[in-house]
Amino acid sequence: MTEQFEPVIVGFLCNWCSYRAADLAGTARIHYAPNMRPIRVMCSGRVDPQFVLKALREGADGVLIAGCHPGECHYVNGNIKALRRFMLLKAMLRQMGVEEDRVQLLWASASEGIILARKVDQMTEEIRALGPLNWSEKVIGGNGHKVAVAEPVAEEV
Amino acid sequence: MSEKPKLAMYWGSACGGCEISVLNIHEHILAVDEIFDIAFFPCIADFKVHHVESYDDGYIDVCLWNGAIRNSENEEMAHLLRKKSKVMVAYGSCAYEGCIPALSNLTSKEATFNTVYHDNQSIDNPEGIVPLTEVEVAEGTLTLPEFYNTVKSLDQVVDVDYYLPGCPPEPPQIWAVLQVIVAGLLEGAPLPPAGSVVGVTNVAVCEECERVKSEKNIEKFYRPYQINPDPEQCLLEQGVVCMGLATNGGCGALCPQVGMGCRGCYGPLPGVEDQGAKMLSAVASVIGAGDHSMEEAELEEKIQAVVDTIADPAGTFYRFSMSHSMLRRAKVNGSNGKGEA
Repeated sequence: MTEQFEPVIVGFLCNWCSYRAADLAGTARIHYAPNMRPIRVMCSGRVDPQFVLKALREGADGVLIAGCHPGECHYVNGNIKALRRFMLLKAMLRQMGVEEDRVQLLWASASEGIILARKVDQMTEEIRALGPLNWSEKVIGGNGHKVAVAEPVAEEV
Repeated sequence: MSEKPKLAMYWGSACGGCEISVLNIHEHILAVDEIFDIAFFPCIADFKVHHVESYDDGYIDVCLWNGAIRNSENEEMAHLLRKKSKVMVAYGSCAYEGCIPALSNLTSKEATFNTVYHDNQSIDNPEGIVPLTEVEVAEGTLTLPEFYNTVKSLDQVVDVDYYLPGCPPEPPQIWAVLQVIVAGLLEGAPLPPAGSVVGVTNVAVCEECERVKSEKNIEKFYRPYQINPDPEQCLLEQGVVCMGLATNGGCGALCPQVGMGCRGCYGPLPGVEDQGAKMLSAVASVIGAGDHSMEEAELEEKIQAVVDTIADPAGTFYRFSMSHSMLRRAKVNGSNGKGEA
């Protein structure tokens, strides 16, 4: 048996809808890919783009941001702000060479456990096809860490 | 004479503006000359590398390093000067966080070379000559420093004691910082803790900008040449991408006050790791398109139309901070050596 690549997806789920959707998926015993590591945030509008970038740099292969449907945000329009950030972030990530499928946004209400589960399944397969991201080794590598700098490492200064 | 503290200044990958900014501190430059002995300052005095090599370790009291680390010569000199200096200052935005040279981290060394030596319309290079690190000629081997794929900030190569941001740093800030360091060296006054960003006010540039600010709701972004902005109103409210709200103050908001959006050269505010991401976050949340009554498809379309008016988001938001950004550089996928996925 060859070892299959299992992507790590960091999921930022809003407290009021999508985290409950994940809860529902659990209590309803829906089978779905175990690749998402959920992080509960109060609102999808709380997801600072720094969180997404940090996840990608620190070893995630993908990031899912999930929140309430437009019009259903607990804070009226936090999810609209999340959508605006997401769309601008996507434009920037394209320039940074991060494939589009790696960072995705989903609207899932508290009753939509199945939608969340199917999205995680779908995203897992899409990222599996893309392969590991491994940003800090493959992209940054020796290009920004003092420890990895060429020869005179021993030079204690 | 020999008891005077020793000052050095050297450039990595830089434009030379930082050297000029030191000379631009007006009459205080006379005081600098009075207080310090120049130990190494190739821009204004004739010193060679072997002079620096001959110094004892720690001989130089203050080294103002400007410029990013673009090639192996920059890196070698950074190590040498770090060894010979008591206090190492990352002077200016390039040394602090990569600045304009680090924008080439959005592409690769190959793509940069193609542009510079082959593809530009004004280039006539029929033999396709590019610089090599080693070349054999009749007289022997000639060498050049190695050009790196990624531009690094100074602190990604050696330990840095202080960061003095700005492109270039503003004269009053330079003088204030020099005074603090001199008081520390001559009178034993306490120096700021190592690793401090100095010569900044630690409030956003907006705090220093006198433009009138109100509700921000932007339906279209303009590039500087596309608009003649109102002289009173906040530039961001007029659709000019102004980095003031994600940028540390200290400059006195010079650019926005003359109608040019803040470029972001003073770097992130305290507590922020990634200036570009913070700016992206702020700009996106004031996009004045789409509301929660719309259908999802319409909503995306409306927002996308506004997002599309922001030219080059990565280059704009990371104009000065690419080396210190979380991702540091682009992943190069395409055949043209560009980052674009």
